[in-house]
Amino acid sequence: MTGDPGSDVAISTTGLTKYYGRFLAVDGLDLEVRTGDVYGFLGANGSGKTTTVRMLLGLVLPTSGTARVLGRPMPGSGRDVLPEVGSMIEAPAAYPQLSGRANLSLFDAMGRGSRRRGRAGRVDDALDRVGLGGVDDRPVRAYSLGMRQRLGLANALIRRPRLLVLDEPTNGLDPQGIRDIRALLLELNVAGTTVFVSSHLLLEIEQMCTRVGVLDRGRLVLQEHLDDLRAPTGRVVLRTRDVADARRLLDSRIDEADGDRIVVRRADPAALAAELVRAGIGIDELVAERRSLEEIVLAATSAGSDTFARPDRPASGVVA
Amino acid sequence: MIGVELRKLLRSRRTWATILLVDALPTLVGVLLAVTDLGPRPGEGPAFLSAVLTDGTLFPLAALAIVLPLFLPIAVAITAGEAVAGEASAGTLRYVLVRPVSRLRFLVAKLVAVVVFVVLTVLVVAATAYVLGLVLLGDESVTATGATSVSGSSLSTPELVARTFLALGYAILCMLGVASIALFLSTAVQSSLGAALGTMAVFVGSAVLLTLDASDAIRDFLPTRYWLAFVDLFRDPILWTDLRSGVLLQVAYVAVFFTAAWANFATKDIAD
Repeated sequence: MTGDPGSDVAISTTGLTKYYGRFLAVDGLDLEVRTGDVYGFLGANGSGKTTTVRMLLGLVLPTSGTARVLGRPMPGSGRDVLPEVGSMIEAPAAYPQLSGRANLSLFDAMGRGSRRRGRAGRVDDALDRVGLGGVDDRPVRAYSLGMRQRLGLANALIRRPRLLVLDEPTNGLDPQGIRDIRALLLELNVAGTTVFVSSHLLLEIEQMCTRVGVLDRGRLVLQEHLDDLRAPTGRVVLRTRDVADARRLLDSRIDEADGDRIVVRRADPAALAAELVRAGIGIDELVAERRSLEEIVLAATSAGSDTFARPDRPASGVVA
Repeated sequence: MIGVELRKLLRSRRTWATILLVDALPTLVGVLLAVTDLGPRPGEGPAFLSAVLTDGTLFPLAALAIVLPLFLPIAVAITAGEAVAGEASAGTLRYVLVRPVSRLRFLVAKLVAVVVFVVLTVLVVAATAYVLGLVLLGDESVTATGATSVSGSSLSTPELVARTFLALGYAILCMLGVASIALFLSTAVQSSLGAALGTMAVFVGSAVLLTLDASDAIRDFLPTRYWLAFVDLFRDPILWTDLRSGVLLQVAYVAVFFTAAWANFATKDIAD
């Protein structure tokens, strides 16, 4: 953490802990989200993501530890902080008997210092952003899951927040919708909005985020730049038809071999390519190995927290 | 936030449906009385009802006496019981609170909305009954002599109007007591139905206890004890004792249960 926390740290928590009764939901969390990040908050279902998000927004009070959002303590400064935060917490929600537009204008009217002037414009703006600009006056009750999700996002955007806190924002969207939302979030981020996305969808995070934090049973087990996590591992993956020749040539340097796929330890792809060519071995594919986010997360976490195997019988065959 | 709650209240079709349903019973009673001409004898049945066959302008009061013991409290219990639990289960509560709306302001807005709902209901009931009384029921003493007080002497029309408004105010205060209990339960339980039924249990229980001689020691503190004391406004002179106790008791109920609601809600984890 460097400099004035107000200017370059959007969210920071120290030892943030939450017990529900005797159940430990979040355990000593030290989060740090910098201004301008697209921060991916990963974890299996039930790992404590939502509880953390709710503590950041002042909905759930921590048992111990502190949280600062936009440089000010939460929940103490909620009344100053929250107007600058747009959020979506788990499922979107709206008053079902009203139209989407009526809902947005109702939510916009809540809270202090909300001006009536320009409200219709703000509502239309937010609807346009999420692709609902042309929606009719049907009540939200008649919305599809995807439309509700977009409306929830519009509700988060209506005040042009500096920080977006989104819990599973692409739930219920089709692939096109997911791409739209991703593009929108990246666009907002370029314009200066810090984005904090929690998700259990690794691919979604991988395609969008600059930094990730991984939560496992209430503990933060990883918090890194995505680029650093996915830096080359130093190994090189080779695919070749001349498997036997290649194995003979590389012999002691081989880490794994599986069919036509050979993984070479401590190698430089260019040098290895030259060596193989010199030996007359055909190369189908040669690439520096990078770990996928999935591998990283699985390595860092234990079995999913919705798995409850009996201690004497290990959960064989259960893929978390 | 109060404005938002009122907009929601007035726009909701359910609000108006409930008011119409509450209004239906006194209307039915009025029509039946007019058709059969069979009023209850003085001292029997709901207050004022025996008098309306001769004086139709008293029917608004009779209508109030019909809805106050049961219908109105049920409607209030449902509306106020839903205030927090309903928004929580619909998921909208968390989005309201992160606007941010302070939790105290949220509770106050909910209570104000319930009061407005009660005022609307009472006004609709009174207006319907007034029209009904004028058109269908007796009009013998309306003109020169003024209405007859419960004590037998005559009340002038301005006096009657003023006392009617006092009676409405008293009824609204009683319903505020019900609303506070329902609001507290609404912060304490997850289902709005549970909060509404719990509140009904409180006033049905109170009504049962009031009939027991054995509960003499606590009867003056039961929430429904003075509900019908508004009848005393139409004695000549006004009999203030019960009214005063009623006002104090209801104010105490509102203070205690609203404070309890706030104490419970202020630090509650919004986890649904």
